[in-house]
Amino acid sequence: MLGAHKTKLLFLAMAVMLAFIGFIQSWNVSLAILNLCLISAIMTLGVNIQWGYAGIVNFGMMGFAALGGVAAVLVAMPPVTAGWEAGGLGIMGGLLAAAITIILGLQAWKRLAGQSRRRYWITALIVVAGYTVSRLLIDPAVSAIESIESAKAGYLGGLGLPILMSWVVGGLLAAAAAYVIGKISLGLRSDYLAIATLGISEILIYIMKNEDWLTRGVKNVNGIPRPVPYEIDLQESMWFVQLAGDLGIATDELSSIVVKLCYAGLFIIVLAGLFWLSETALRSPWGRMMRAIRDNETAARAMGKDVTSRHLQVFVIGSAVIGIAGAMLTTLDGQFTPASYQPLRFTFLIWIMVIVGGSGNNMGSVLGGFIIWFFWIESEPLGLWLISTITATMDDASPLKIHLLESAAHMRLMTMGIVMLLVLRFAPQGLIPEQKR
Amino acid sequence: MVTDVLNALVLIANFVIVPGLAYGSQLALGALGVTLVYSVLRFSNFAHGEMMSFGAMGTVLMTWWLQSQNISLGGLPTALLALPFGILGAIALCLFVDRTVFSYYRRTRSAGVTYLIVSVGVMFAIGGLIRFIIGPKDRVFADGDRFILKARAFKKMTGLSEGLSIKTSQGVTVIAAIIIVALLFWFLNRTKTGKSMRAYSDNEDLALLSGINPERVVMIVWIITGALAAIAGSLYGLDKSYKPFTYLQILLPIFASAIVGGVGSPVGAIAGGFVIAFSELFVTFAYKKVLGYLLPDAIAPSGLMQILSTDYKIAVSFVILVIVLLIRPTGIFSGKTL
Amino acid sequence: MEKSKRKTVQYLIGENMTGGYGGANILHSCTIGVDKGEIAVVVGPNGAGKSTAMKAVFGMLHLAEGQVRIDGEDITHLKPQERVLKGMGFVPQNNNVFPSLTVEENLEMGAFIRTSDISDTMAQIFDLFPVLKEKRRQPAGELSGGQRQQVAVGRALMTQPKVLMLDEPTAGVSPIVMDELFDRIIEVARTGIAILMVEQNAKQALNIADKGFVLVQGRNRYTDTGQALLADQDVRKAFLGG
Repeated sequence: MLGAHKTKLLFLAMAVMLAFIGFIQSWNVSLAILNLCLISAIMTLGVNIQWGYAGIVNFGMMGFAALGGVAAVLVAMPPVTAGWEAGGLGIMGGLLAAAITIILGLQAWKRLAGQSRRRYWITALIVVAGYTVSRLLIDPAVSAIESIESAKAGYLGGLGLPILMSWVVGGLLAAAAAYVIGKISLGLRSDYLAIATLGISEILIYIMKNEDWLTRGVKNVNGIPRPVPYEIDLQESMWFVQLAGDLGIATDELSSIVVKLCYAGLFIIVLAGLFWLSETALRSPWGRMMRAIRDNETAARAMGKDVTSRHLQVFVIGSAVIGIAGAMLTTLDGQFTPASYQPLRFTFLIWIMVIVGGSGNNMGSVLGGFIIWFFWIESEPLGLWLISTITATMDDASPLKIHLLESAAHMRLMTMGIVMLLVLRFAPQGLIPEQKR
Repeated sequence: MVTDVLNALVLIANFVIVPGLAYGSQLALGALGVTLVYSVLRFSNFAHGEMMSFGAMGTVLMTWWLQSQNISLGGLPTALLALPFGILGAIALCLFVDRTVFSYYRRTRSAGVTYLIVSVGVMFAIGGLIRFIIGPKDRVFADGDRFILKARAFKKMTGLSEGLSIKTSQGVTVIAAIIIVALLFWFLNRTKTGKSMRAYSDNEDLALLSGINPERVVMIVWIITGALAAIAGSLYGLDKSYKPFTYLQILLPIFASAIVGGVGSPVGAIAGGFVIAFSELFVTFAYKKVLGYLLPDAIAPSGLMQILSTDYKIAVSFVILVIVLLIRPTGIFSGKTL
Repeated sequence: MEKSKRKTVQYLIGENMTGGYGGANILHSCTIGVDKGEIAVVVGPNGAGKSTAMKAVFGMLHLAEGQVRIDGEDITHLKPQERVLKGMGFVPQNNNVFPSLTVEENLEMGAFIRTSDISDTMAQIFDLFPVLKEKRRQPAGELSGGQRQQVAVGRALMTQPKVLMLDEPTAGVSPIVMDELFDRIIEVARTGIAILMVEQNAKQALNIADKGFVLVQGRNRYTDTGQALLADQDVRKAFLGG
């Protein structure tokens, strides 16, 4: 009885909490949290597909989310023609050289199998030579591109297409990266896989931070076009001012609420679509097979299931979902900041969401995304409130009180860790456990 | 001509060898902790970076107190005097975490991947605790003489145009690492308790049959891990300044060191630490000046002659990590376990 | 159809043991035992529960019924480690050495629970297995199969046990090495240690055995002296290949 209603009750509680924030803080804050809850929920869906369905430990979410962000830049930003003229050819040539190097290197590695000494030397030689050639082509092009209007551009720009396309492109980009990463690393033991994916995602972020010609690096890409109206346009249109008057809300406040609602609408559509797809997949024979592989890999292998390629498949699909979420996040922010991609926020926090929500259960993962993001944001004011209540009787000048109040903001890391440990210990299935089918 | 070669060598020594030895020692000590936990408890401890940070925090706090009492070690950093406090703090933390968290999963004989995820939770909790106590800001706690050898003094001494400087923190790091590693190896290879740890890591069931108490082995592992973490963390903080955030960043290079050397092998962890440290520095070192000394002026290079820009320094360790995992996941010293 | 009805009080005995892993019982009222200075061998077809019976005697298996006694003392509820303290030594069939530890360290770990000086015992073991003395600084994992078995037996002897239990000590070694191992085992028994072992090579094992137990499906089928069992036509036909 409780089981059937538990999911509904938990989501209802979530809605109440968001509404509560709307009433006591502001609807703007509440909606801002909601939007990020929705994006987090999509990311957790992606992780759940990999971990919950197939038992793959991916610690590289950060990289896939960032690739989604790159997609937003590359799709929606206007191209910088001067940049292309200055160095487009050099960059393309360099990338071509790099691609040829990789292909040649792989071929050499494959063909020289068995001749261990020569194999290493020849492959290394190809890599060094190819690297030198591509650096010689790319370096001058990069400095030419970066010198063009470095305050505003200094990069190649994008394609100038509608931003919504980038959500698809972000997914594809992440999927392509996941294919390569999965191909080379899925054979590893689970903890090595975790470390390898974390390492690869760090490398991706380093590239984004430092290859200014592509992403402007730490200078960030600002003003990415939006799929929804701008606040300022709303505030200037007659009907909107009238609506604000009728509702008795200030126009600037209403405008940002409306913009956030538009985003929320778009995000809900995507989340609902992906959720439906994931559920359908989970119920299909494919999903049954995935679970069989997860629960007993050896037996599944013995039954003739191609475990390796199923794993690759599920890794690519899950990563694509994370890439979509990453593109959506950059769209919501309106800017791409490579330095903001931290493993704590983009890898480990998402894991907490999945664990707390319930691995193997899509509804649980979505709920985990909502709850954890909500408390990630709200634990700061909550912590502050808690500490000031506890220290209310203390002297305002007491150094301990001052220290405690200053530190309250850091309670969220500790809270998250403890919540995760408690769930792992006492409810390892999460808030909404996987259904037995 | 000879002076040119000497100058080139001094340049490399100053910018690669000396910092590499110090950084390598820090990584090696960190990787030893990871490897010990792996070989006995059989999981990759993602909380190790925070354990290092916690120990370093204990050292920082004690150093401040000692400084406020005007107690110092003269030319040496006061932190050395405070280090035992940091070590005790980290050991207490490790034992507490093991009692409250990990021991349960040992009893239920959980899979390695469960431990892995649990250690992420522990990482969050300790990270939060540290920020709660000391805050997220950058803290300098080094004092005493800054240099053992100053570049200017070296130039005067040798008459070369390039200087060689050795920071006190670098000297302390390398010497401390040598002492600690020697002690650890003595413990593992010469004492009954150390041998029983190796035996347990080799063959758990037979160790049980021989009457080796697993809980005691686990406790000793955590004590050593805590001590190693505190020392590595404090030395790293002394060298670079203490900032809680950096200990999450250094976790991957530490994993890289442990894996490159072969997880479970203490010798491998040390070798791995230096491989990672020196590759980071050699790959991002600008060879322009070195080549300027060695080559005739006519063909001296104009660019920086860097293989990768310094921004990619830490990324180098990730690249090595990934390559090793793909080509030889068992590491250089595979087979030689604890 | 028990043939021998000798009712002596044996030094170590697992009496009427019934038990198994999880639900199904593997042992059904099975009895094995050995006296000091004696070699007792447990033989039988595959799946007869020979190794299980050994594990039951050593406390690695929960018994639903039956008793294990050493020197008359009931040790049915003691853990394996506690049985080591009571004077039992056990050599498992597989993974019976610490591969990365040297031979000497292996022996030392065997004596882990001893607080007294161990150098005499180690010297005795080196006398018994001279090859181990030669290789004492080598990791046990680098030794040959027969030498590893010697390390394993040596490790178990380090606690100066009164009973030594061996689970198929000759599994996977050549016939020559097997003969040598049996010689060593006889020597060990001569020092007054009781030896209880499971063997696949039933004929050779019964040859050196003072007592033999033939198990079938977890039950005692024949129990007699080694020579009597070897002479028994039924036993020969059914279990010793004629």
